[in-house]
Amino acid sequence: MSTLGKATSKLPLFIFLTPILLWLFLLIVLPHIDLLRMSFRIENDYGDMVWSVSNYLEFFREPIYWLTFTRTALYAIIVTFLTLCISLPVAFYITKVAPPKFRGFLSLLLLMPFWVSELVRIYGWMILLRESGVINHFLVEWGILQQPVEMLYNDVAMTMGLVYTSMLFMVVPLLSVMDSLDDSLIEAAFDLGSNMFTIVWKIIIPHAMPGIASGSIVVFMLSLGNYLTPNLMGGKNALWFTEQIYNQFIASFNWNQGSAFGFLLLVLSSLIIFIGLRLTNQKLSKVVQ
Amino acid sequence: MEVDLSVKSVSKRFKSFVAVDDVSFEVEKGKFFSILGPSGCGKTTLLRMIAGFEEPSKGAIYIRAQNMANISPNRRPVNLIFQHLALFPMMNVADNIGFGLARRNESKTEIRKKVSDILERVNLPGFEAKKIHHLSGGQKQRVAIARSLVLDPTVLLLDEPLGALDLKLREQMKIELKKLQMEVGTTFVYITHDQSEALVMSDHVAVMNEGRFEQIDSPQNLYTKPASPFVARFVGDNNRLPGKIVGCNDGTAELQTASGEKLLIRTDRQLTPGVQAELYIRPESVILEPAQELPELNRLNVLVSSILFDGANTQLLVESPASDDELLISLPQNRQYEHISVKDRIEIGWDARAGNCFPLP
Ligand SMILES: Nc1ncnc2c1ncn2[C@@H]1O[C@H](COP(=O)(O)OP(=O)(O)O)[C@@H](O)[C@H]1O
Ligand SMILES: [Mg+2]
Repeated sequence: MSTLGKATSKLPLFIFLTPILLWLFLLIVLPHIDLLRMSFRIENDYGDMVWSVSNYLEFFREPIYWLTFTRTALYAIIVTFLTLCISLPVAFYITKVAPPKFRGFLSLLLLMPFWVSELVRIYGWMILLRESGVINHFLVEWGILQQPVEMLYNDVAMTMGLVYTSMLFMVVPLLSVMDSLDDSLIEAAFDLGSNMFTIVWKIIIPHAMPGIASGSIVVFMLSLGNYLTPNLMGGKNALWFTEQIYNQFIASFNWNQGSAFGFLLLVLSSLIIFIGLRLTNQKLSKVVQ
Repeated sequence: MEVDLSVKSVSKRFKSFVAVDDVSFEVEKGKFFSILGPSGCGKTTLLRMIAGFEEPSKGAIYIRAQNMANISPNRRPVNLIFQHLALFPMMNVADNIGFGLARRNESKTEIRKKVSDILERVNLPGFEAKKIHHLSGGQKQRVAIARSLVLDPTVLLLDEPLGALDLKLREQMKIELKKLQMEVGTTFVYITHDQSEALVMSDHVAVMNEGRFEQIDSPQNLYTKPASPFVARFVGDNNRLPGKIVGCNDGTAELQTASGEKLLIRTDRQLTPGVQAELYIRPESVILEPAQELPELNRLNVLVSSILFDGANTQLLVESPASDDELLISLPQNRQYEHISVKDRIEIGWDARAGNCFPLP
């Protein structure tokens, strides 16, 4: 009975899973395998395609590439950190301070900007920030500025745009992890003589660590792989690594080089996340729960 | 005697709901003071006001004669043991216990020494490195107590700390906690809905009902001289016989039940004829098949409806026309009453001085 029974009871599961697995395989795994194959092919002197790793070596040979990557990774880390700094108090306020009946409403308020596409959101920011934009208009009107200044197209504007874009992905895991924090732990710490700072540092952050880690991974990956925001809000002479990949595919038509960069992005960002998890003593299986 | 905690006319209202209503009491240094009341009567609210988590709506709280108004919980010389303990799951036992000491900036070696001393005290020597979720219920209990005691508070507040334990462990912890309190000499304010906990451990017990204190007394007095029908019902088992006062003179009164029996009561309480009253008789005050010659004995003929065998605490449930509820009678296990069985008609009696009679308002 046992093996047969198990096999038959699992059959419906397989029937339901098959379309999903097929979909995953055809749309995600297959193209990636092809990209991976492509990244190891180069055109030799006779115009024939041969196997080689020189697409990957190119990344380390040309400083412009690895410098762009380093810059991108650093900014993604900064964005992740800033997003965390903003989201922690927000999540704390919604779960612990706000009256319970407003909690749903506040979470909804947080979700609302994400009902419109990223492109529209970014254009919204651009209308606010550009030289002839709303903020400049009022600053000049009130005499704070003599003449409008360009607030767009620099790293600060880009960072802000990225933080804004990724906020939700940090707040949502933090909300659930904060919700599971027993209020009496905070009170007990207070009772034992803590001030607000030690409560945050010793109780709230250690408890929220799985949420912080999963939120940070998502925000880091999304920022690193973001194309729209750095392109529209960032400085013209400072490149984001995705733009390099885009350039290879679209501008240089070098799909082999482009896919090699794509995989490098995947491997290097995974490596950074791995190091990050190690440094904070987190386990991936716990984080993705 | 030095007074460690003094609560003066404290009230707490949540919107229109009064959770604590004009409560006053004092606790002397080194005493074990319990607040006993059914769940929802405002015990936790009162304790949280003493700890500083809630502001009294009215009244004042003094600790060692110092007014606690506007002093936040982290600056009060009291510590609270929470109903669900609130141990920090992200820290080990030593870090939990050392948490408060570290907040006082004591040195690492000092903390380590104090932690190991207090662990010794609560019978958990060498538990420093254990994780909280590896501890049993009773061990968590002790860690929670150690975490507060190590700070040497003026008053230690305990919010039903034994509630989560199983019966056997609760009995054991009751005795241990009382011993610990006598050893360290810290003033304890202990709240519970379990009358046996309150009676066993306390020097003084306050019985609380719907936000008010009904009586503050020693456990013995609470049991033998309850000040109100509520206390009589809540502390220990009791049998209630309602009726009307029909005669009263000079320390004796007579109560007539709805079924017509006249019961003699010896009491100091002033009972005016004509008022409705309730007479309370303890199960152990009832004598089974009393001898005929005993004077001043109230007698009832009753029908045995069940025998609740529980070793030394075996009890009889009997029906009598004098009461709507079944009466509870202790059945001594000395084989003298072995012949009694269900559906028997027997005579019971009690001394006129045994009961407590309260006129109804
Ligand atoms: N923050 C609050 N807001 C409104 N009502 C409360 C609050 N805290 C407690 N209460 C109410 O006060 C009453 C007493 O609660 P509590 O002190 O916890 O009782 P106990 O500890 O004796 O079981 C309960 O009816 C409870 O609903
Ligand atoms: Mg309570």
